[in-house]
Amino acid sequence: MNKNIYLSAAITALLAHSINVFAGNEEDLRDLREQVQNLERRIDQASPADSAANAFNPAISLILGGTYGRLGNDPAIPATGFAMAANPGHQQGFNLGESELGISANIDPRFSGTATMALSPAGGLTVENAYIQTNVLGKGVNLRFGRYFSGLGYLNDQHAHAWDFVDQPLIYGTFWNNQLGEDGVQLKWLAPTDTFVELGGEIGRGRGFPGTDTNRNGAGSSVLFAHIGDDIGIEQSWRAGVSLHQTQRDNAVSNNVPDVPGTAGGVSNIFSGSSRTAGLDMVWKYSPNGNTANRYIKFQGEYFQRKESGTLTYNMLNASPYSNTQSGWYMQSVAQFMPHWRTGLRYDRLDAGIANVGAANLNFVIANYGFQPTRTSWMLDYSPSEFSRLRLQIARDQTRQTLPENQIFLQYVMSLGAHGAHSY
Amino acid sequence: MKNILFIALLLLSNSSQAALNVFACEPEWAALTQELAGDKVSIYTATGALQDPHRVEARPSLISKAARADLLVCTGAELETGWLPKVLREASNRAITPGAAGNFEAARFVKMLEIPSRLDRADGDVHAMGNPHIQTDARNFLPIAEALSQRLAQLDPSNAGLYQENLAAFTQKWRGAITKWETHAAPLKGVPIVVQHKGFPYLTAWLGLHEVTALEAKPGMEPSASYLAQVVSELKQHPAKMVIRAAYQDDRPSDWITQRAHLTAVMLPYTVGGTPQASDLYSLFDDTIARLLAGAK
Repeated sequence: MNKNIYLSAAITALLAHSINVFAGNEEDLRDLREQVQNLERRIDQASPADSAANAFNPAISLILGGTYGRLGNDPAIPATGFAMAANPGHQQGFNLGESELGISANIDPRFSGTATMALSPAGGLTVENAYIQTNVLGKGVNLRFGRYFSGLGYLNDQHAHAWDFVDQPLIYGTFWNNQLGEDGVQLKWLAPTDTFVELGGEIGRGRGFPGTDTNRNGAGSSVLFAHIGDDIGIEQSWRAGVSLHQTQRDNAVSNNVPDVPGTAGGVSNIFSGSSRTAGLDMVWKYSPNGNTANRYIKFQGEYFQRKESGTLTYNMLNASPYSNTQSGWYMQSVAQFMPHWRTGLRYDRLDAGIANVGAANLNFVIANYGFQPTRTSWMLDYSPSEFSRLRLQIARDQTRQTLPENQIFLQYVMSLGAHGAHSY
Repeated sequence: MKNILFIALLLLSNSSQAALNVFACEPEWAALTQELAGDKVSIYTATGALQDPHRVEARPSLISKAARADLLVCTGAELETGWLPKVLREASNRAITPGAAGNFEAARFVKMLEIPSRLDRADGDVHAMGNPHIQTDARNFLPIAEALSQRLAQLDPSNAGLYQENLAAFTQKWRGAITKWETHAAPLKGVPIVVQHKGFPYLTAWLGLHEVTALEAKPGMEPSASYLAQVVSELKQHPAKMVIRAAYQDDRPSDWITQRAHLTAVMLPYTVGGTPQASDLYSLFDDTIARLLAGAK
């Protein structure tokens, strides 16, 4: 309405003016035309923001994912030598996978909030992320508090829908139960340099594995990490990092652990003690002309080593000192060989270590499994648009001694709603 | 003692003259900023002319450059939505956060085209604020230059006069160039074209090209075989002179259609640096029009 009034006023002005212009030249006319166009533009820009009640609704995104898995063995069987580690496993047959609902918005000029709810196929709703971030600290400082994925390693804070494979590398599965989620505080600082240098620290409750989520007044876990990265010309970029994690484990129970006497179904052990993990991560990406929309290749690898030492109670009865150093790594490469199509290859390897077992348990607890679990996975995925992805993955899994298997997965990952920004 | 004082003063005055650090999301805004601010700015261009600015990654280097920027000059209108929010979040630089004076979005100062009447991803990767590829119409640079010059003056008041002069000089020269381009491009009026990606509404509206169809049925979506067959049959009824694409786009869809319909594939620089000839803003449009004229023959 207003726009029309302005427009007619402008046209009237133009008409009135044009009477004088008859005597003028083409240039004046063009000038006037431009003025009117500018006026029109300004009027268009001036339309007020939508002030409806829902205008302040946060950005909402929903990830729908599902997998079909064909496995050779019961996925509940852990990797040999890692029965006391996490085993997120796979699912056989058709399964919904995890759908994820994300909500985020600025809260006020100082804070913004993000929540991610995972809708499990069984029907439950778990809070994956729920954190507050500061907007105003500036000077490269970011403070985050609430529930978040730890910033350690390269893959840890990436959500499942951004994974390049159906599953996480073995080392993330056994060391972090796929991803280390914490309730706590994270502080990151970006150095004021041309090269990307980021330092971060976290203290948390010790909620996610290997933490045991115990009630205590102090911090249950702490993380330190540093990342450094840069471009090499316009076509290559890289990032490397180191991470340290430590937590105190209280009465961590592991079931179905194999033992020296060969108890059928294994035994239940309890571990209490310290757990310290160090990690290295690196990623390198290359894209012709730096145009990742068409073609790119990326290489990444991570290594983690964990030392645990404390007391192991064998079969809930026999306590004795216990310490072990376990490690593992993966290397993978993913290439987008033409727009919308990618393929990837990944190799995983774990080392269960040789445990120091106290005399009381020497005849019961297996100290050395003498087996190194490995896995090789290949995937091919097709993304019709930025919002949908279909994937085929085939893996040769040799993580359980005497039980090698071939795995086939089909997966879909779809995102609805807000167009989130992706991390590097 | 006097010497020390003198050196100290010299250092201070140097630091007060220090250039504004500008983070330009796309090469065209880097070039425009350079025109308007000359040596008063130090510009970092986040994307190359051969990169799809919608599909850039939030690389570590972008984060550290953004952390040190005083002014961000970007297209806006969701063009950078896949990476810039992440970069700004990680950079934690108050000077350039959305809403701050140091956050300049060019799309706010021009009349947007193709504002969708409905927002539905069934229509592909549509942008709520309209088509973000505003840099293909030379006329759009006039209001953007005016707004950018004001923003420079606001952030760096000591050089406000210079920015005002540069703006006046640029506007005059640019107006003359527009007249020249429009004269050169007169034969392009009504010429039927096919676009590989829906990224040219501003160019076609400006030069009066007639867009027959697009090889991409929906923005950001790979076309289906049946849709492409439909395009081919449509081109039999309504032949087009050429199929145009931006320098950063894959050449295969254009090549595919030229093998099946009688038209020429024309690659346009799309931004400064997209072709060796398009070395600045003026040659960007010189080259664009020259390539279109060659394709229309």
